[in-house]
Amino acid sequence: MPDIKKGMLRKVPVIFELGCEGREGFALPEAEPLTGEPLPDRFRRAAPPLLPRLDEVSVVRHYTQLSHWNHAIELGSYPLGSCTMKYNPKINEITAALPGFTRVHPLQCEEHLQGSLELLYVLEDSLKRLTGFERITLQPLAGANGEFTGLSLIKKAIEAKGEGATRRKILIPDTAHGTNPASVVLNGFEPVSIETGAEGHLLPEAVVPHLGPELAGIMVTNPNTLGIYEASLKDIAAMVHGAGGYVYMDGANFNAIMGKVRPADIGVDTMHLNLHKTFSTPHGGGGPGAGPVGMTAELARFAPVPVVDRRDDGTFTLVTGSDDSMGKLHPFFGNFGVLVRACTYILELGEEGLHEVTRRAVLNARYLRKRLEEYLDLPYQVETLHEAVFSDKTLKKETGISTMDIAKRLLDFGFHPPTVYFPLIVSGAFMAEPTETESKEDIDDFVAAVATVIGEARENPDMVHNAPHNTGVGRLDEAFAARKKILRYTPAETDPVD
Amino acid sequence: MDSFKYASTHEWFDPQTGKVGISQFAVDHLGEVVEVELPEVGEDVEKGQEIGTVESTKTASPIYSPVSGKVIEINEELEDSPELVNEAPFGDGWLLIIEPSDPDEVSELLDAEAYADLCAEEEE
Repeated sequence: MPDIKKGMLRKVPVIFELGCEGREGFALPEAEPLTGEPLPDRFRRAAPPLLPRLDEVSVVRHYTQLSHWNHAIELGSYPLGSCTMKYNPKINEITAALPGFTRVHPLQCEEHLQGSLELLYVLEDSLKRLTGFERITLQPLAGANGEFTGLSLIKKAIEAKGEGATRRKILIPDTAHGTNPASVVLNGFEPVSIETGAEGHLLPEAVVPHLGPELAGIMVTNPNTLGIYEASLKDIAAMVHGAGGYVYMDGANFNAIMGKVRPADIGVDTMHLNLHKTFSTPHGGGGPGAGPVGMTAELARFAPVPVVDRRDDGTFTLVTGSDDSMGKLHPFFGNFGVLVRACTYILELGEEGLHEVTRRAVLNARYLRKRLEEYLDLPYQVETLHEAVFSDKTLKKETGISTMDIAKRLLDFGFHPPTVYFPLIVSGAFMAEPTETESKEDIDDFVAAVATVIGEARENPDMVHNAPHNTGVGRLDEAFAARKKILRYTPAETDPVD
Repeated sequence: MDSFKYASTHEWFDPQTGKVGISQFAVDHLGEVVEVELPEVGEDVEKGQEIGTVESTKTASPIYSPVSGKVIEINEELEDSPELVNEAPFGDGWLLIIEPSDPDEVSELLDAEAYADLCAEEEE
């Protein structure tokens, strides 16, 4: 019997269960008989690989049907806090597809690459203006890759002073992204966790005990993952500099302060920007992203190479640069197509437009916060910028319904849930970021959905606890999946799962 | 369990057997445990040192050693059955056995009552 279809949302079997022996998607010409020595036995498979046997249209339908199970920013709101899932304007795709960008090869001579080099130059220049740094490298491929780069610059600077063996500690607040301590360790530094103050931001007192000859620096996300501006960062930076350390700023949340604060002005030595967040390039599903890194004049001599410079005659050239360079992070110039999209966004909006982006992102987040405060606990009552972090504390105590249950039930209403259980310092965190691209109506719809779910939590908790009900698959047993990892399909007869 | 001692970081220590585990309070906050990373047998550990990780579907959380001493056994069952930590955090879900090197450290740990007060405070 055929599977009952749930309206247009089809039940989709795994691809191995489709098709039949002998079916093919295309016809290959008869292979010529092999000549010469056959491959030695030890290189040959014992049995042919288990490959699905399908015709083309079945393959296309299979993946298109699966794609219908997905949520996307182009289907509805995606208030995933910290991830900044804003809409990417279509003009970005138009420019990125221009043959002048897609049909050049990075090994062509400089004269042939002038347009692409100019784009890199203009993008670096725009980012320099927004951040105040001396130099920006566009090579890093993602935020975490940017963190690695910035910390490598700090390491080079410390080594150049002959302090590499002693200056090894990097302070990281407890609100940090998990990638921060990982990047610190990857660079051979030692992460030291420091506590966020009661008001949700870092206080100079937390840094004081760590000042000294072992301090390599501090790594601060600003605004932090509670959406709160690190108001003491300027003072803290001065203290860290006074002790001989450096200041890294995780710029993942730059969309909240773009045009308002130039990080270099408050004492930041190096920072990364997530082009795929603040500057509207695609993300999710692993990229490709881009995490350009800004740096002060002191650190610039260690920058990755090559960099693009403008000659006096207005043409552009690649400079492979100094012997001090940390080297390359990626062949050629990074994820170039992503850089084209970000540059398009910047030029389309212009300086004033970018400032307006910040204002709207903050306004939207504050409006959302004000509306949701009615339904959920707000552990930090101070002013927040681009996102708001709630807690399920009261609701869980009163109804047994947790943040995860709300998140799952929101799927039934067609919303991607907010980020859950992060940052770690908030119990049952529910972290929502509407971004500037959502309209008031969109935000109101989201709030209405949350309000409905909270109502259900009190009247019909089973409905929420067993959600989602309207999706391609129901509530997944995440714990089972993580405990018994089955990473490869095995046919049913030999399937070890009971 | 009443004879167990507790660290403020939510590990328990059984002075009778030297077993170390995480408390019910910790388990309730972690959610479903999916992986446990433990130190090597024979390793010397310091009180408060990060000696492993408990990973759940929500988060990964460090395990801090409640006492200084030598690791003499780890619970190998947890590699295949991390759910034991959820099912019986004070029983089959124990993590490792430490031979304490300083008896004073053991007596400095919280008793069951003081630990219950700490949990109540953290719930606030």
